[in-house]
Amino acid sequence: MTATETRPTAPAPERRSGELNLRELVRWTWRQLTSMRTALILLLLLALAAVPGSLVPQERVDSLKSSEWKDAHTTLAPIYEKLGIFNVYGSAWFAAIYVLLVISLLGCIIPRTFVYARGLRAQPPAAPRNLSRLPSHASYATTESAEVVLERARALLKHKRYRLRRDAGDSSVSAERGYLRELGNLVFHLAVLVVLVGFATGTLFGFRGGVILIQGQPFSNNLTQYDDFVPGSLFDPDGMDPFSFTVNKFGIEWLTTGPRAGMARGFNADLTYTEAPGEPEKSYDLRVNHPLKIGGTELFLIGHGYAPVVTIRDGDGNVAASGPVPFLPMGPDLFSFGVVKAPFAEPTQIGLEGYFYPAFADVDGTPVNLGGNDVNPLLSLNVYTGDLNMSSGSQSVYTLDKSKVTQVTGADGKNVRLNLTPGETVQLPNGLGSVTFDKVVSWQRIQISHTPGKDVALLGVVLALLGLMGSLFIRSRRVWVRVSEGPDGTTVDIAALDRSGGADTDAVLSQLVAALQKPEEKS
Amino acid sequence: MTDAGWATLSNQAVAAAAVVYFLALLAHVVEWASLRQVDRTKVLVGAGAPVDAPVAPAGAEVEKHEDRVAMFGRLGLLLTGIAAAIHFVALVGRGMSADPNRVPWGNMYEFTLAGTFVVAAFYLVMSRRYALSWLGPVVVTFVLTLLMVAVVWLYDPTGPLPEALNSYWLVIHVVSAITATGAFTLGGMTSVTYLLKRRRGDKPDTGLWARVPSLDKLDLISYRIHAFGFPIWTFAVLITGPIWAHQAWSSYWNWDPKEVWAFITWVVYAAYLHARTTAGWRGRNAAVLALVGTLTLWFNFIGINYFSTSSQHSYAGAPALPDSSASLSGK
Repeated sequence: MTATETRPTAPAPERRSGELNLRELVRWTWRQLTSMRTALILLLLLALAAVPGSLVPQERVDSLKSSEWKDAHTTLAPIYEKLGIFNVYGSAWFAAIYVLLVISLLGCIIPRTFVYARGLRAQPPAAPRNLSRLPSHASYATTESAEVVLERARALLKHKRYRLRRDAGDSSVSAERGYLRELGNLVFHLAVLVVLVGFATGTLFGFRGGVILIQGQPFSNNLTQYDDFVPGSLFDPDGMDPFSFTVNKFGIEWLTTGPRAGMARGFNADLTYTEAPGEPEKSYDLRVNHPLKIGGTELFLIGHGYAPVVTIRDGDGNVAASGPVPFLPMGPDLFSFGVVKAPFAEPTQIGLEGYFYPAFADVDGTPVNLGGNDVNPLLSLNVYTGDLNMSSGSQSVYTLDKSKVTQVTGADGKNVRLNLTPGETVQLPNGLGSVTFDKVVSWQRIQISHTPGKDVALLGVVLALLGLMGSLFIRSRRVWVRVSEGPDGTTVDIAALDRSGGADTDAVLSQLVAALQKPEEKS
Repeated sequence: MTDAGWATLSNQAVAAAAVVYFLALLAHVVEWASLRQVDRTKVLVGAGAPVDAPVAPAGAEVEKHEDRVAMFGRLGLLLTGIAAAIHFVALVGRGMSADPNRVPWGNMYEFTLAGTFVVAAFYLVMSRRYALSWLGPVVVTFVLTLLMVAVVWLYDPTGPLPEALNSYWLVIHVVSAITATGAFTLGGMTSVTYLLKRRRGDKPDTGLWARVPSLDKLDLISYRIHAFGFPIWTFAVLITGPIWAHQAWSSYWNWDPKEVWAFITWVVYAAYLHARTTAGWRGRNAAVLALVGTLTLWFNFIGINYFSTSSQHSYAGAPALPDSSASLSGK
């Protein structure tokens, strides 16, 4: 509405009412965008837009779950893909909402900052002519002289930390307090921007990666060593901290009693690290909730499991595959699933797929796992032979491509299932070779991340909280007292105006009146 | 006392608290039921029944009646206080029954137990200052219902904390989150009351509605409760949550479903606070927003656990993973 103001310098008879030129259009758009109503709607849109990302697995949060979801929903997945539902918080439409919100915030806050700066030194406004028109007002008659009442009012308001108007005249007092409220409000909104800057810094320049390490296997910090790696879009791999580390010992405290018996209570990885090649070696006890900080990079222990050491000999008697193979836990009892691949086996490739039981037990013919501690390890595997299809691009080490293999059957025509305990060797049928389960070792999953700007973000949120409390709990209020001497005594008019909303002005007013009427208790 | 003894004590205390809450509810129902009768008497007297009718005895009867109403109101409040005390014993017992002893909020059952206690405690603390006694039946019904939900659906025998929860941030983060939840829940109740009363109009009311404060007063109470809860929620969700998430999961903001919904709740309440100062949004719309906020809050507390399986707040699901090692993404 504000944009349709009259413009006497441009007599343009051909303009229809409501027609805007470019400048007016821009102004109108700006006014609309920076209005409180728009900010409110944008806030609600932001809340609404965040919903789908919590219901559909996100690629950048959990890529495995996300791809599983896509496989399970073949109709919806392509549509969702186009809409960016698998990466909501990085999508253009989500960005559009918060960018508009930031613009709206700036458009609101910058002018208010100038207004505040000017108002900071301003005097409280003079008393309105008719105090009784204000919603909260009171008056009483007294025999005291006007001067006495005014003096007491000044002292009282000053004591209550009001700012008094200097040239208020001899018949009235103008007072105002709560200047810090608007400051808190401004600080809060500006701090939101600080948080965004910190968050953006981390997202753009940081990285997050993870690696599964067999106990004793060294790791040095460069891209090739990671199992998965999510860099920020402006991340520079050359700037990575040149540290290296090795997990020497991994300890688990097992629960033996209670409802969670068989599960782990605490784990710690005893590791040695060097901050850079040539630096002295240090050691650290890495535990959940206790990350290790090396330079700007942090190491977290976030998971563990078992890696059976399996040796596959092929039909020619040569070792085709040997070493620890991490199996992935299916639950807290570390009952795990995994595959072993021998692509170099002759005459045909061999693939094993199956489960690892840390504490195997046979309950009436049903195999069960009694807990996570490896007191009775058992490896139970199906055997596949043929082409493992490993030449067709990258393949997960945790899954077997079964498109070109056949499952190996025994003489009785049933599928072969190998059940191996440590040290045991089984010959495969048809002269395929043999499989040995040598022993079991543990693996640890170490998450490594570099998040620049996190201190900026934290500072921003703390500032925002302080500003928020200022803007919510500091009361911004004006009080006027006017006296008029008449033939039968002095009439005192008092009015209070709450500028913050949500205050009980009447209560404040009655307290003031009571204090003014009782000179001995004026403080 | 043995751990099992503490666990039994806790379970019995929950049952006892539920019974006493129920008695409190009965007292409030009697109070409200009697209120209706008072009106009828008042109307009869006011309409000037037969002139020769003895007015004084009727007046005395009304007074007696009002006394009875007030008595039942006080009884309801007293019973709520006793129930909350037993409720507190249940919480302490729960914490003592774990080995090692710990704060009693490590799984959904315990969160619900603690959350409902905070709602009851807030109501008791504020009922005097803000004259909230009219809210008694609503609070008691709410607490009772959630306690039943906790016992029937969420019960979990006491166990030690999963490793990721084993941090002092559990105390700071969860206490602030539960405190804010308690405040927002009460705020939701006053906002519902505001909306219901608004439909009737703010006319001089009789009966039940006479006890409820005026629309302006209701709006003010709602605002104050929310203004109290919002900074605490900010502290819980945007300060302690990220700090802890960073320590445990290596990233301070993971867009985890719980985090997302906590953020949604935060944004909705931020919108509520803005709405109260925006023309055209004051009053009704602001109250609706506050209500939406309460719904997102409780959806996040319980509902999201049944919709999303990828949350790292793993205490929520029944077969909880001790860590996120199952969500590996191998290349």
